[in-house]
Amino acid sequence: MLKIWSMKKEQQKAENAAGAESGGKKKKVTAAQLRVQKDLSELSLGSTMKTEFPDPDDILNFILYIEPDEGMYKGGKFSFTFNITPNFPHEPPKVQCREKIYHPNIDLEGKVCLNILREDWKPVLNLNAVIVGLQFLFLEPNASDPLNKEAAEDLRSNREGFKRNVRTAMSGGTVKGQTYERVVQ
Amino acid sequence: MSSPEVLPDSEAKRWKYLNNVRTRPGAFVDPEEFDGSTVVENMNKIKILVIGAGGLGCEILKNLALSGFKDISVIDMDTIDISNLNRQFLFRHADVGKFKAEVAAKFVERRVKGVKITPYNCKIQDFDEDFYQQFQIVVCGLDSIEARRWINATLVNMASCENPDSMKPLIDGGTEGFKGQARVILPTMGSCIECQLDMHAPRAAVPLCTLASIPRQPEHCIEWAHVIAWDKEKPFPQLDKDDPEHITWLYQKALERAKEFNISGVTYSLTQGVVKNIIPAIAATNSVIAAACCNEALKIASSCAPFLGTPGEGEPNYMMYSGNDSIYTYTFKHEQKEDCPVCGMTARVLKVNPKWTLEELIESFATLPEAQLKKPSVRAEGKTLYMQLPPNLEEQTRPNLEKTLEQLGLTEGTELAVTDPAFVGVVFNFSLKFA
Ligand SMILES: [Zn+2]
Repeated sequence: MLKIWSMKKEQQKAENAAGAESGGKKKKVTAAQLRVQKDLSELSLGSTMKTEFPDPDDILNFILYIEPDEGMYKGGKFSFTFNITPNFPHEPPKVQCREKIYHPNIDLEGKVCLNILREDWKPVLNLNAVIVGLQFLFLEPNASDPLNKEAAEDLRSNREGFKRNVRTAMSGGTVKGQTYERVVQ
Repeated sequence: MSSPEVLPDSEAKRWKYLNNVRTRPGAFVDPEEFDGSTVVENMNKIKILVIGAGGLGCEILKNLALSGFKDISVIDMDTIDISNLNRQFLFRHADVGKFKAEVAAKFVERRVKGVKITPYNCKIQDFDEDFYQQFQIVVCGLDSIEARRWINATLVNMASCENPDSMKPLIDGGTEGFKGQARVILPTMGSCIECQLDMHAPRAAVPLCTLASIPRQPEHCIEWAHVIAWDKEKPFPQLDKDDPEHITWLYQKALERAKEFNISGVTYSLTQGVVKNIIPAIAATNSVIAAACCNEALKIASSCAPFLGTPGEGEPNYMMYSGNDSIYTYTFKHEQKEDCPVCGMTARVLKVNPKWTLEELIESFATLPEAQLKKPSVRAEGKTLYMQLPPNLEEQTRPNLEKTLEQLGLTEGTELAVTDPAFVGVVFNFSLKFA
């Protein structure tokens, strides 16, 4: 045991020689928080997205608003809760859509089928990647990864009809027996 | 239970072979620097902590007791399940439902006379630094990455340059099927578990849409019940993976779904396995890895041979083992990451005036010699002081800029975490000192 200590002292000497002044004390913040702080300070949201932090001190929980300015979902305002667990970035953030919307890759409970939120998540990915991925879902809804099977089938078989149904759903109408939430102003 | 007084010479006889190893300098040890005469006495005094009393933990406890450690503690919050009995050999059928730590401790105490094992039937997070301070070595046999990261961060935070006793070597073993690893972490002196996070492949997940639309395997049906059906129907307010009633609900749901898609193979125990993410454990892998871990503990405690993780250029700190195709082991050095959020940077002292406003503090970062930070974002021990991005958070924290450090509740020793987009991936750490 003493041996390790003498090794540490050697190391310390070398570091001091290199001129680093160290406080010697360590932080009490979790690794997940530090990583999220890093990710947030590198975030680029563009004009179509906005965040909301119900508690600014709790950076692990926030809401992301997306207002697509092109594509079939243009004009809608969608929001997602982000819940980042203490195991981030080993685990991806938990993301859920707050509105009931008509989308092939988002189910009626708000679950999102986005590869990097699940099977393709890697700790090197950051919040920017997730946000870009979500934005992309509104520009290019994807019929081959269906979570809302009816919407996917609709998109595959009749793109124009699907577009109309998206508009109907976005203004709070009923599509195939389901009533959706109004997301246009 | 009364253990008979063991006479010193019979004790010497009992440990003869162990002593031959630990009291003599190994081939790679400088005989001048090694004093074998004090080893036994020193080792008798060492308090060693074992985290986990499962597959690895049972092996580790037995090995440590037989390696001459006398004062062992073990933490495990779990109780014994009947499925543990095939490999967690300290447990018997009658022990099902009892605490693992307690049963394991009693068993080893009974079989290896003269060893004291203190069980703690709780979570590692239930204890604070004062508790961990009493041990000299920590050995982990865990299956949870979250728990590993927690104990790693705790031990790294405890390591202080002023106090030699605060340095606790962490020996970590892990197995997954036929594969495993043993590694030694010397907090702040080398790579830590957080630095090595990329060594753990995140759990393989099935795309959500596959679960929702085209399940092909029984596991897909179970995951569907777990991830989708549960949320939709909420049969109980909160899923408890240890509650048989909850697992039964998931099992029934999965079964219905499997029928619908003509998939066979959904069983209750598979449901339990998938939901709890149980990876098949191989008893032989556990014993190989536990043996490697306990060898390192013996070497660290006695100095009779260089241990894994010895500081120095190119010295390995990580041993990986694979029994998938014949047997293969490999040791290498995992380098400490300069930007590791846990061990990377000790906080640098930052001299400030408590009357400064936060804005003045932030402006002062622009003139720091180590990094001129032009757009710094600052948090202090969980409190968000000022974030440049995203815009909404900037707006929310902007009023803080006019407040003084005192008004913000910052005191001497408060630690600041500072990030700046110009330094991608880096967190600067400062410890405040009032001038
Ligand atoms: Zn580290």
